[in-house]
Amino acid sequence: MGKFRGLIVVDRERCKGCNLCVVACPLHILALAGKRVNKKGYHYAEQTDKGLCNGCASCAIVCPDGCITVYKKKEE
Amino acid sequence: MTEEEIMRPENLVYKKPALLNDNPMHYCPGCSHGVVHKLVAEIIEEMGMEEKTVAISPVGCAVFAYNYIDVDWVEAAHGRAPAVATAIKRLWPDRLVFTYQGDGDLACIGTAESIHALNRGEHIAIIFINNAIYGMTGGQMAPTTLMGMKTSTCPYGRVADLHGYPLKFTEIAATLEGTCYVTRQSVHNVAAIRKAKKAIRKAFENSMAGKGASLVEIVSTCNAGWKLSPEKANQWMEEHMFKFYPLGDLKDTTAITEDSL
Ligand SMILES: Cc1ncc(C[n+]2csc(CCOP(=O)(O)OP(=O)(O)O)c2C)c(N)n1
Ligand code: SF4
Ligand code: SF4
Ligand code: SF4
Ligand SMILES: [Mg+2]
Repeated sequence: MGKFRGLIVVDRERCKGCNLCVVACPLHILALAGKRVNKKGYHYAEQTDKGLCNGCASCAIVCPDGCITVYKKKEE
Repeated sequence: MTEEEIMRPENLVYKKPALLNDNPMHYCPGCSHGVVHKLVAEIIEEMGMEEKTVAISPVGCAVFAYNYIDVDWVEAAHGRAPAVATAIKRLWPDRLVFTYQGDGDLACIGTAESIHALNRGEHIAIIFINNAIYGMTGGQMAPTTLMGMKTSTCPYGRVADLHGYPLKFTEIAATLEGTCYVTRQSVHNVAAIRKAKKAIRKAFENSMAGKGASLVEIVSTCNAGWKLSPEKANQWMEEHMFKFYPLGDLKDTTAITEDSL
């Protein structure tokens, strides 16, 4: 069975830094930006290890504000 | 594999439904309302009902729902959404008509309208966001507030001799002849969100098939009112709310099974 590679795009300006995606990621590769904030002052969500993402979309499904877009591709 | 190779339209697996527009939602970070809005938008898109839906928004935090989901909306007076929905659905049976109401709206000031619309078997769907509190006005006690739960109007916790008992509205709805589908769901994790989506979809299908009234309660968090972080609010909900408001179907007289959706 081939492995999947995932990629997420976070709409940083829409993100409210609620942390629910961070909690939902089964691979623990999301975190709120430490010192950086968006225009509203929220510490937005970002990936800590892009290479590990498998595109499961858990983060995007739980995001109350629909900030996360997910792509997923099977490794050849 | 490069990022460009992954980030192609054919590899897209999740994105905000288009029907949920780009207006920033006013909800507090992590509020359950946002998750349910997303589900509603996804379902209307999947049913192809974008041009044929009339939704009724409540008084409560979801009062501005019409700013976010791009279908036709009517904003009802506090608690009166099921009465407005009754009129619209009777005049326009080919429309998907649903109300979206909080516990203060549906199970307090609007108890009469809600019970009678359900009991009349109006072909509408009611989405009931139960966060056990009046979120919008600053976290006051609601009829649904749990025993012992602290709110701004019962700062020492709800006690029976002073405040009475929490109301299980959904259990009442299940006893009414007019309801065809009554269920209690939640949106605190991926599995629960998937189930809640199926439940709302089923309620909407029932409305279109003229099967009677459907009620989908979503046990929700109000992290601001509960004075907890979004994550802690979900944990508190699992620990306390689900005991008193257990998840699952309470009634289903329809033939549509989850698998046939
Ligand atoms: C006739 C009337 N009475 C009282 C109010 C004040 N009020 C506004 S929202 C609300 C309760 C909202 O609680 P709920 O329905 O649970 O929604 P939530 O904000 O928790 O989602 C109340 C009492 C009002 N706007 N109109
Ligand atoms: S898609 Fe899955 S693995 Fe990738 S960041 Fe989101 S939750 Fe984590
Ligand atoms: S769940 Fe959404 S709003 Fe919350 S931190 Fe993650 S991306 Fe931001
Ligand atoms: S007050 Fe409560 S219900 Fe209202 S938006 Fe904030 S968290 Fe949500
Ligand atoms: Mg409420």
